[in-house]
Order: sequence, then structure tokens, then C-alpha cells
Amino acid sequence: MNDMRAEFRPWFALAERPPCCEPEPFIRTEHLSLHYRDKPAFRNVTLAINTGCITALVGPSGCGKTSLLSCLNRLTDMIAGAHVEGGIEIGGENVRAPRTDLIGLRRRVGMIFQKPNPFPLSIARNLEFPLREHGVKDKSRVAELLETTLTEVGLWREVKDRLNAPALSLSGGQQQRLCIARALALKPEALLMDEPCSALDPLASGVVEDLIASLRMRYTVLIVTHNLAQARRIADHAALFWVRNGAGELVEYGSAKQIFETPREALTAAYVSGMRG
Amino acid sequence: MSEFTVAYARPRREWLAAAVIWSAALVVTGLFLWIVGDIVRHGIGQISWGFITAAPADAGRAGGIGPILVSTLLILGVCMAVSIPLGVGTAVLLAEFTSDDNRFGRLVRLSLDVLAGTPSIVFGLFGLAFFAKVMGLGFSILSGGLTLACMVLPILIRATEEGFRSAPDDYRLSAAALGLSRAVTITHLLLPAATPGLVVGLVLGIGRALAETAALIFTSGYVDRMPGSLLDSGRALSIHIFDLSMNVPGGNANAYASALVLVALLLIINAAAAWLGEHCLRQRIVPV
Repeated sequence: MNDMRAEFRPWFALAERPPCCEPEPFIRTEHLSLHYRDKPAFRNVTLAINTGCITALVGPSGCGKTSLLSCLNRLTDMIAGAHVEGGIEIGGENVRAPRTDLIGLRRRVGMIFQKPNPFPLSIARNLEFPLREHGVKDKSRVAELLETTLTEVGLWREVKDRLNAPALSLSGGQQQRLCIARALALKPEALLMDEPCSALDPLASGVVEDLIASLRMRYTVLIVTHNLAQARRIADHAALFWVRNGAGELVEYGSAKQIFETPREALTAAYVSGMRG
Repeated sequence: MSEFTVAYARPRREWLAAAVIWSAALVVTGLFLWIVGDIVRHGIGQISWGFITAAPADAGRAGGIGPILVSTLLILGVCMAVSIPLGVGTAVLLAEFTSDDNRFGRLVRLSLDVLAGTPSIVFGLFGLAFFAKVMGLGFSILSGGLTLACMVLPILIRATEEGFRSAPDDYRLSAAALGLSRAVTITHLLLPAATPGLVVGLVLGIGRALAETAALIFTSGYVDRMPGSLLDSGRALSIHIFDLSMNVPGGNANAYASALVLVALLLIINAAAAWLGEHCLRQRIVPV
């Protein structure tokens, strides 16, 4: 690591974390359920995600956390047999309405996947291509966005001399930061992150985690993680999911401090203390 | 290349298996080299600029293959101009817009597989009935090219479809999550990724089209004059070779020379297809 970012940890004890969010929900789900053909993924999830916060979705594998994310930007539309019920509202708009502008929705709500998935293009084209397709065609504007977003994710210094190199030649952590930059370049309001660190080595994972923490207040971040320590470090709010009767259900949702220190549910207490899960 | 050489124990059975595999490969390669060698040995003597450009004389025993080469290229041109856009379009429909259990998709795939196995003489009769008679194109380069397009389409579509299916779903998901439309995803990411499949389809299709004799006798005819337009009849190289070797006593030498030109043409066109695919489509993406 050339800039030793990995050693810098914005660590706040849960109590003294700066106030982040406006108590205004940006993403709201009402009795949301999803099943794939006849197999339920999760059911009856009602959540309100506050603007500008980092909200962590935790829980064991297979309890529908990732599926919940893909409902929010309607990526479920692409999955044959996926059936959604209930309501989703993002920024005051009804996401599930048949006439929702999907392109606009996905521009407002970016997504980061578990496995870094840059396009098989050059580093620069990975950002330029979506920008151009979204109507940002002015070359100097594109160049400016390229530099500012790559700087924002801490990649500019590392890649500025080889912007035309294949994105797939970057390391895993760099690729994931490029994917975050690619989403940020479109100026989204929210980011959905599906275990963004779990495919990375610990050092790269730390760098990406710091980056996510730095997004607080500017973006509404919903992050799925299996790493409880990571949720403790970066989340303002946390939601615990668990499989009950063959489908994921929301067990408890609250501020990270409350979830980790004074859980109301016995299951949450067992999970955060490491006794279950 | 691995840095390590694994030292396998070589019991007798393994030697036997290796011997069988190697000899099979040798037989196939040997057969190919024998055919090509035979054609080159017998044909190279006749090849000259004059042979390639001159019109045939004395039923093809003398003269060259100029008009025949032009007709062949025109037939192939018509065939490709029709089959590539239709083929890529259908492949996109099958791979990107119909799921595996979609009834319509299954029906199209089944029809294509049946068509791919249909004898070319059947295509020839269909071309004669439909393009030449019903559409009134007569014995013409256009009829022949369109008939060949029908023959080549199944191969082209299935190979291109495979190319699209081999493109990772990551591309589709990440593009959708960025709010890119399917049209943009297909033209900028999936089509370049599918290029190897498209090139395989093209190479197989061009090979089949250039080698075709039966279907063309009924459709483009065998007039060996220089064609004036696409509505003129024109003789393809494969028909010329067939005619010289079967119907014209003393035509063997020029039959060999024509076969040599056909093989060379096939190699050149295939190389050009691969090069174009690589440089016009594939280079839009830079996989590592």
C-alpha cells in the first residue's frame, strides 16, 4: 500500500459516532415479500432507511438480505420467476409502479456487488461509458468527473498514469473501488452494497471499508455484511434478518448502538454476542 | 505455461491411451494434408494471373475462371449481407430476450437444429420453388445467394447464440444496475464478448456456402459468362469444379487449379472474417 491508508481507521465507539442522518427516511419498504417461483426468499419486511446513514443488514446466509437489495433497484425484474409483493418507496417515488423509469431509478440508486465486476474495458472507459450513455458527453466534464470520483475512492494516485490499462488488470480491492467510483460518477443518492468486502483480502477490505465509512452523510448506504465487526465499525443502523419457516424475516431493526448493546430480541443478543449464527 | 513439470508415472495402459490419441490426431491431420497437398501438386502448375482473370474457353478446359470467381464472390456477398444481420438479430433474440423454458425460443431452436441438418439439395429445391419461381428472381446470383443464406443461417445463429450465452451474467447485472439499457449493453458489451462465437459461425457458414454445389445448380445456374447484375445467372467455383471433373473430359487440370483457388479463397475469407471480428468488435472490450 503506497499511501498507508489501511492503517487509518475512522474508528468511533458506537456512542460517540457523529450524528449522520436526517431522521427522514429515504428508502421505505412496506410488507415487502419476494419469492422465486415457489421458494420464498424473505417475507413481510417493513423498513425505513434514513437519509445519509449507513445501514447494515446482517444475518446468516440465505435469509434474503441480498434479495432485498435487488428488489430495491428492481434488478429482480431480470430474474425469471422472481415475484415481489408489498411496497417500496425511494425518495418519495413508488418503485414498484409499472411506469417507474428504471434507468432513472438505477441512476439514483447505485449498486455494488460482492464480486468486483468492472466491465472488460479500460479503467477510464469503465467510468466514461456509463456517463456517456447517461448523457454526459462533454469531454472536459467527463474528464473532470473521472478525476474527482477516482480521487474520492482513493484510486486516482494509483491509476492516473495507466487509465487506459484494462480494468481487469487491477487488484481485487482496486477493482471494487473502481466499481464504487463507477457508481458514484453517476451522482446517485443511495448505494446498495452486497457484501462489498467479502471477496477481498483483509488489507484491501480495510481500504474499501474506510471508503464506505467516508460516504456517510453524502449518500444513503445500505450494506449487506456477514462481518459483524465491520457492521459495528461503520453502521449507524442495523437490521438483523433470520430464516424462520423457510423464509427470511426481519428480526430487529434499530440504531447500531441499540442493536449491538441493548438488543431487544433474544435472537439478536445471541447473534451479536457470537453465540449464534 | 506451468513452471512445474508433473512427473506422471507411466504404466502400460497410459502409453496405450497416449498412442491411440496421438495416432487419431495424426490420421486427421494427415488426411487434411494429403488432400491439400494433392490439390496443390496438381493445381499449382495452372495458376497464373491469366487463369484467375480470363474467361473459360473450350468448356473450361482452356482459359481461366475470371467470371466464375466474380459470380462466386457475388453469391457469397448476397448470402453474407442477408445472413449476418438476420443471424445476429435472431441470436440476440434467442440469447437475451427468451428464457430457456420459453416456448417460442424452444420452437425456434428446434427448427434451426432441424434446418442445420437438412440436406442441401432440399434447400436447392426450396430456393428454386421460392426465390426463382414464386419471387420471380429466376436462375440468378440473387436466388443462389438467398438460398445459401437460408442454409447458413442455422449455423450462424446457433454459434452466435452460444457466443452471447458465454458472456458472463456479471456484464448484464452490472450494466443494468448502472441504469444502462439493454440495447446499449448488447452493442457495447455483449456483442464484443460474443465475437468469438460469431466468427466461428461465420467461418463454418462461409465454408458451407463456398463448398455448396447442389443447392446452387437449381438457383444460380451454371452460366459461365461474366455476370452483368445480380439478376444474371452465374456459375460458382464449386459447380465449375464439379462440371470440369464430371462432365468435361480433359478438364481435370483446370478442375485442380480451380479447387486450389477455392481452398485459397476459403482461407483468405476466413482469416479476413476473424481479423475483422477481432478488430471491429472484440477490441471494443479489453478482457485480460
